[in-house]
Amino acid sequence: MDIVHFADVLWLARWPILKGIGVTLSISLLAICCGTVLGVGVGLALTYARAPLRWIVRGYTDFIRGTPVLVLVLASYYVLGTIGLDLGPFQAGILALAVFCSSHVGEIVRGALQSIPKGQTEAAKAIGLTFPQTFAYVLGPQALRQVLPAWVNTAAEMVKASTLLSIIGVAELLLRTQELISRTFMSLEFYFFAGFLYFVINYAIERFGRYVERKMAVPS
Amino acid sequence: MGYTLNFAAVWRSFDDLLLGLALSLALAFGSILIGAVIGLCTAFGLISKNGLIKRPAGVYVSIIRNTPILVLVLFTYFALPQWGLRLGKIESFVFTLALYSGAYLAEVFRAGLLSIPAGLREAGLAIGLTEMQIRTSIIAPLMFRNILPSLGSTIISLFKDTSLAAAIAVPELTFETRKINVETFRVIETWMVASCLYVFTCSILAALMRIVERRLALPR
Amino acid sequence: MPDNLLEIRNLHKSYGEVEVLKGVDCSMKQGDVVSIIGSSGSGKTTMLRCINMLEEFQGGSISIDGQEIGYEMVGGQRRRKKEKEIARQRALTGMAFQQFNLFPHMSAVHNVMLGLVKVKKLDRDEARTIALKWLDRVGLLARADHFPGQLSGGQQQRVAIARAIAMNPRLMLFDEVTSALDPELVNEVLQVIKTLAQDGMSMLLVTHEMRFAYEVSNRVIFMNQGLIGEEGNPRDMFHKPQSERLAEFLKTSSFS
Repeated sequence: MDIVHFADVLWLARWPILKGIGVTLSISLLAICCGTVLGVGVGLALTYARAPLRWIVRGYTDFIRGTPVLVLVLASYYVLGTIGLDLGPFQAGILALAVFCSSHVGEIVRGALQSIPKGQTEAAKAIGLTFPQTFAYVLGPQALRQVLPAWVNTAAEMVKASTLLSIIGVAELLLRTQELISRTFMSLEFYFFAGFLYFVINYAIERFGRYVERKMAVPS
Repeated sequence: MGYTLNFAAVWRSFDDLLLGLALSLALAFGSILIGAVIGLCTAFGLISKNGLIKRPAGVYVSIIRNTPILVLVLFTYFALPQWGLRLGKIESFVFTLALYSGAYLAEVFRAGLLSIPAGLREAGLAIGLTEMQIRTSIIAPLMFRNILPSLGSTIISLFKDTSLAAAIAVPELTFETRKINVETFRVIETWMVASCLYVFTCSILAALMRIVERRLALPR
Repeated sequence: MPDNLLEIRNLHKSYGEVEVLKGVDCSMKQGDVVSIIGSSGSGKTTMLRCINMLEEFQGGSISIDGQEIGYEMVGGQRRRKKEKEIARQRALTGMAFQQFNLFPHMSAVHNVMLGLVKVKKLDRDEARTIALKWLDRVGLLARADHFPGQLSGGQQQRVAIARAIAMNPRLMLFDEVTSALDPELVNEVLQVIKTLAQDGMSMLLVTHEMRFAYEVSNRVIFMNQGLIGEEGNPRDMFHKPQSERLAEFLKTSSFS
């Protein structure tokens, strides 16, 4: 591996790579945002909804969690076109990742809410709070402490999953890398470099997650 | 829309899907088995007090966990030949998934090892057992019970990751699905059947893990 | 055979900078029942744990039946014995712990059998017979197939004692075996220990049960700040303490 030569090639390729990083980050960000909004709804439905709705949502999460993300991405890409929703690969990919994210966030939220002892709700009722008040002042804040670290973890999962969009032709970091490889034939160097970039992004997120976890810990 | 579901084409190729599923399961089984050995050794490394063992184990886990698996798969298959390591598609994928599982299982095993009270080791020592005997007859069986729930979900998620083998044209379930999709244009049906196969297999795996868990549960 | 079963000479032990044992001398004869009392942090549990090498020690020597425990001199250098040898020596003593430490994945009888099969290499039938005999002695024959999770604290501790004593040790070590028990369960365990004492078992007990120490032991050792502060027969120790320290300690502990 000739480092100097590779540095030259890398410098020439800086724009495609930076654009790739930009696309990767936007995919991840959009997927996390949409997935979280959807996921919080899923989590609330799993915990508090009445039977038929709860079963439907349960079926949804179980189905999504039982399917590989790549299958979700491919299915979303091929199926949406067939039913006349003409989305580009970018939108189709984000939809798939958001759905995947929502099932994860849903489970995290449900887990957190259910781990709060029953006595908390009873104590809130006993001082006369309504359910929305109980949720806003008692259950929500307690659940949030548990949800945040796991949620940051999910964010890292999304960055990793965004690579799958390269398979349906979204020009994110991995696809840009592959294009560069096909032009320069420096596969080892470029895969290494791409891997390194992903590592840096995810490592930063992981560190941030630990920081959040420490910040959120209830003093005891 | 005018799309009517017609499964006939998919049923004609159903055998291919089943063969693909069988290969997916075989890939998962092989990789997880090798990964479990790597993971167990790494877990002992992670809890070791010797920095020369602990650091490399930690670096390995951190690198694997923060790099997208697709990058690892492509790297092994396309880039490693540049270093003279040329593997077949299947070998290359099993190699990657084994290394990948190793890092995730190491975390599972580490948590299991830490959950065992130190007093049990001492009680073993006090009746004259050697460290090795303590590991095999006390620590290993207890750790295995403690980690079963998280081991189950890790195994299921690793099984889903076998879909990534499609990216290097290993004819497993996702690859076969995509092929049938392109050949028949029965897009919705093909992906529906494929996800159902994945979901079904995952729930079978989960049910098996629950049976093992119940079988091994300690009476109290 | 040397006349002393246990011989501790000038035992030194420290954790990093902190010296917890500062030169302890102590000996025991066959059949002795010795209680070690003292406030927490006085080093009594540490001393017990050195005897079966659950703790390393930096200076002095411990021997059982004339056998040096844990260390040997090789070419003028003090060296830890081989792991196998230490494991064999640990089987000379039996130990019961404060937290029982039963193996939760094995039934009571299998807990007792484990050492007999793996260390003494007895065949399973023979081991089972011995295990059941000892479970009977501690009054738990009917619970032989129960798992630790199904037993009360007192019952668990009795199984743990059976597990230790079934190995036929030369010396039994009891480390605050009643401290983790609910008050109403303490007596059943003390009763078991008393019967063992009457059968002539040599034992060394670290305990907070002053009344029990008074009744069961033929000698009491008072440990204070890593050294033996005072020792003698229980009557003298409890009624006519020589040192200010012991008098103080007895006043604050429950003995009356």
